[in-house]
Amino acid sequence: MQEESKKIKVTIDNITVDVEPGTTILHAARMIGGDVTPPAMCYYSKLEGSGGKCRTCLVEVAAGSAADPRPMPKLVASCRTGVMDGMVVKNITSDKVADARAGVVEFLLLNHPLDCPICDQAGECHLQDLGYDHGKEGTRYEFKRRTFKKEDIGPYIQLHMTRCILCYRCTYVASQLTDKRVHGVIDRGDHAAISTYISKAIDNDFSGNMIDVCPVGALTDKTFRFKNRVWFTKPVDAHRACTTPGCCGKATLWLRGDEVFRVTARKDQWGEVQSYDGKTGWICNTCRFETKKTSSWTIEGLTEISRHSVIGVNKYKKLEKPEETVVKVMDGHKPKLLMDIHSVSDVNNPEIHLSDINGPAHSNDFKK
Amino acid sequence: MGRKLLLEKAGVEGIRFFETYRREGGYKSVEKAFKMQPSDIVEEVKKSGLRGRGGAGFPTGMKWSFLAKPEGVPRYLVVNADESEPGTFKDRYLMEFIPHLLIEGMIVSSFALGSNTSYIYIRGEYDWVSDILEEAIIEARQHGWLGKNIQGSGFDCDIHVQRGAGAYICGEETALLESLEGKRGNPRIKPPFPAVKGLWGCPTVVNNVETIAAVVPIINEGGEAYASIGVGKSTGTKLISACGNINKPGVYEIDMTISVEEFIYSEEYCGGIANGKKLKACIPGGSSVPILPANLLLTTAKGEKRMMNYESLSDGGFATGSMMGSGGFIVLDEDQCIVRHTYSLARFYRHESCGQCSPCREGTGWMEKLLLKIESGKGEMSDIDLLWDIQRKIEGNTICPLGDAAAWPVAAAIRHFRDEFEWHVKNPEKCLTQNYGLAHYADPIHVPVQ
Repeated sequence: MQEESKKIKVTIDNITVDVEPGTTILHAARMIGGDVTPPAMCYYSKLEGSGGKCRTCLVEVAAGSAADPRPMPKLVASCRTGVMDGMVVKNITSDKVADARAGVVEFLLLNHPLDCPICDQAGECHLQDLGYDHGKEGTRYEFKRRTFKKEDIGPYIQLHMTRCILCYRCTYVASQLTDKRVHGVIDRGDHAAISTYISKAIDNDFSGNMIDVCPVGALTDKTFRFKNRVWFTKPVDAHRACTTPGCCGKATLWLRGDEVFRVTARKDQWGEVQSYDGKTGWICNTCRFETKKTSSWTIEGLTEISRHSVIGVNKYKKLEKPEETVVKVMDGHKPKLLMDIHSVSDVNNPEIHLSDINGPAHSNDFKK
Repeated sequence: MGRKLLLEKAGVEGIRFFETYRREGGYKSVEKAFKMQPSDIVEEVKKSGLRGRGGAGFPTGMKWSFLAKPEGVPRYLVVNADESEPGTFKDRYLMEFIPHLLIEGMIVSSFALGSNTSYIYIRGEYDWVSDILEEAIIEARQHGWLGKNIQGSGFDCDIHVQRGAGAYICGEETALLESLEGKRGNPRIKPPFPAVKGLWGCPTVVNNVETIAAVVPIINEGGEAYASIGVGKSTGTKLISACGNINKPGVYEIDMTISVEEFIYSEEYCGGIANGKKLKACIPGGSSVPILPANLLLTTAKGEKRMMNYESLSDGGFATGSMMGSGGFIVLDEDQCIVRHTYSLARFYRHESCGQCSPCREGTGWMEKLLLKIESGKGEMSDIDLLWDIQRKIEGNTICPLGDAAAWPVAAAIRHFRDEFEWHVKNPEKCLTQNYGLAHYADPIHVPVQ
């Protein structure tokens, strides 16, 4: 009973939810789920200090709190703004937010190479999802895009700065998971770059987690680069008794037949690494890069991926469709949603088992 | 002739050194302050109506009263001397000629706020000024005005000078604190504000050099006496650094009761437009505030005379007004090209963006490229609308005010000088060799032929 009274009420897009004091608007929105949740490119709940940078999660606060119902003058970053009792937040019901977010997506894609056809992140890329969900169909940018040289940071990771959106997540991994931080952001403005100081290698057991937190294809797994498309591989949950201190040993194997193509940490529905008993399930480089035999792992079964992704949605077992909130939220307004790629695409027909196809998949395989 | 409070003694020979400064009545405010309670000093500053001189114009007394005072946690005073705004050079003048005034103001302010260690974060390019300050601090320490138990009052205070590394963004208070802590100068996400969690996580007040210097006359003469100078909520005196196409560029101390017209044309101040040209436009408060054409600069949209104070300069909002800002008064004559001018400002903001949040990082570069395109005669009409849309999407959507500062000059240039932008698009050949000149916003003041 006492705990009940502590909770505070916040209304996001006409849906009221009770949350603990100190919760951010983004977390309150994630409790509701569905379209109400603002997208987050730089915020990562498992990394302290992250967030506030990409500005995709901007929301309008129509009333600050029950005690002081004045609206906030500017749009606020929902990932770093705490809720107050009686706060009224507008996300998809606000035209200001839709406009600002479309602007932010355009800014983020401005210098992005849009090389999805050759990018390993395609299919599980947050920027791709964001572009589909909130972007405009074209860009108005007509100048030369910024480019960088590819950099090898260590034997397992490649950094391709051209694709980077400077979310700073990997620098937080480097400073919070590893002891000797050797990489960060150098230069400033639109020539700012993630780099190790004078192209040193990152030599640490947990450096591989930078790949998992990277929302785009800037940090890629060199043992998986160009080996396969993520949507052609079958994710299964597996675990092993790992001896590295701090490694949880629980991972997702991405299989093609019996071959392990890559190993990643298990991710939750927001694309973040899952937590177990309050501890984040980071995995070590030995598990990630060096344990690529199915015999080394105990396979638990197919991964239940609930995160909606541009291409991946139809293939996953037990897909949890997000709650359909549009009717409730829009309050009679006509929703402005882009096309749903899953309803028009033939790729990933759930009846076709990709892992049964020998060799590279071909478009003919999907037309049976 | 307006009253001078800060620069009254600036012309005295040797005022840079302690002996002369003390002989001219320096450090009296410290003696007076030590006889007061710290809370009374804050009250006095509140009464004076002093507003932050760094640009935003936030009441200083109120800022001081927001400072959290938890037990056992040190508090800090940080003086923002990272004066990097193009067109602003008032703090440099103050620190270069009467460094002891700043130190005196800092001792009083530190006493009022309970800060035993105070910092001056000075722009990296001002290396000789930081030397002057260091010397002045050593002198003050030798004479017992800094260090342990100042003049037997039991109050300890020391001042450290920290040079920046040449980044405009480090003038933003939270980026300044990050830089002072030895980190990359990225602005922090607010809240928490520095008054609660500032330098090394402790409550901190960050004030401009001129603000802290103004504490000295406030304590010497009393808050009410200070408030009686000036008009309305613009109390006291303000340093204006005038530059551009004027006869007498320099730093002037005004009492905020004079009109813009008087400031530009009187012999006492700027002395009129140089070379007998006509006034075209003016940026009244440093490069980030909106530019105003001559007609709106001299009279407000209501037809009143525009005065040199906070309220009058911002009269009409951004549609027909501007801001007092940091007091960087940049005057443009009829030969200046607004497009080129806006381009050079956009280039500055692109270069100085910290790259932390996406609208500013990507948007400033995009605006610069578009402006260069229009300036070099390759622009299209749609580019002007595009520019307007980009600045609209940057403004208010960034972590720190640098995004707004980059968006406002572009917005104001398009708002007031759209015809000039269109002329560039329509005359791609001509715009490379000649300027648009004056149009409906022509200088309404008759210039005598010499």
